[in-house]
Amino acid sequence: MSTPVKEVRKEGEAVVVVAQGEIDLRHSPELHKALVEVCSKRPKVLLIHLGEVAYMDSSGVGTLVEVFRRTNEYGGRMVLVAPTERVRSVFEITKLDRFFTIMDSEAEALGDDGGST
Amino acid sequence: MASDDADTLADLRIPADPDQLQRVRKALMSAATGVGFNAEDAGQICLAIDEALANVIKHGYGGACDRPIDMCIRRLEDGERCGIHVSIRDFGRQVDPSDICGRDLDDVRPGGLGVHIMRSVMDEVEYERAAEGGMRVAMTKWVR
Repeated sequence: MSTPVKEVRKEGEAVVVVAQGEIDLRHSPELHKALVEVCSKRPKVLLIHLGEVAYMDSSGVGTLVEVFRRTNEYGGRMVLVAPTERVRSVFEITKLDRFFTIMDSEAEALGDDGGST
Repeated sequence: MASDDADTLADLRIPADPDQLQRVRKALMSAATGVGFNAEDAGQICLAIDEALANVIKHGYGGACDRPIDMCIRRLEDGERCGIHVSIRDFGRQVDPSDICGRDLDDVRPGGLGVHIMRSVMDEVEYERAAEGGMRVAMTKWVR
């Protein structure tokens, strides 16, 4: 895998980041860099699609926590979409499923929070 | 360790390079399913060992990718149950094992989650200072 970020696109007032592959200590810095860059533009909703992420360790989770805090600081909202069971279990182990907004589909996430203008 | 009847599945030395992690997880997945773990538990073993290796890379060696990590994977048998034992030894900075603990998860911030994950998914996690320098962590999980 060459990059943990497959795609970044705008959907109304939301920005969708599609992540992929195995997000570990090797790949989380690149994901972090991409998400911080998106955050710098202060999208109302930052939607991170995790459906193609086969694995995530605490470095990847830490990246999501930092981005979650950044979006909260400027009044935005981070939504995680379609995490695989394996990734969802890491959120559960770390009890971050209580803090993150997790939705099953991109359509649900965009419809829920004004993805369209 | 709870068993005298342990079979070595792998005994290897790897560089402390994040590029190695994916290869190690693949080997561990194969070893764990071979021992009898289901895919979910084998995946959790991979996660715990990944976290231990990441801690060595980040904290033990401070990111020096050419330093060695010794790793031994063994199959355990204890009566009717079987399990896996993984030991990881580095030659880096020593710390007091009692200082290695998870943090309060109500404090939502990056970092400090690796040890919590290791202790959550493995049945036993023991840190010790190695006599010749560096740290050793031994982790055990039994098939449910």
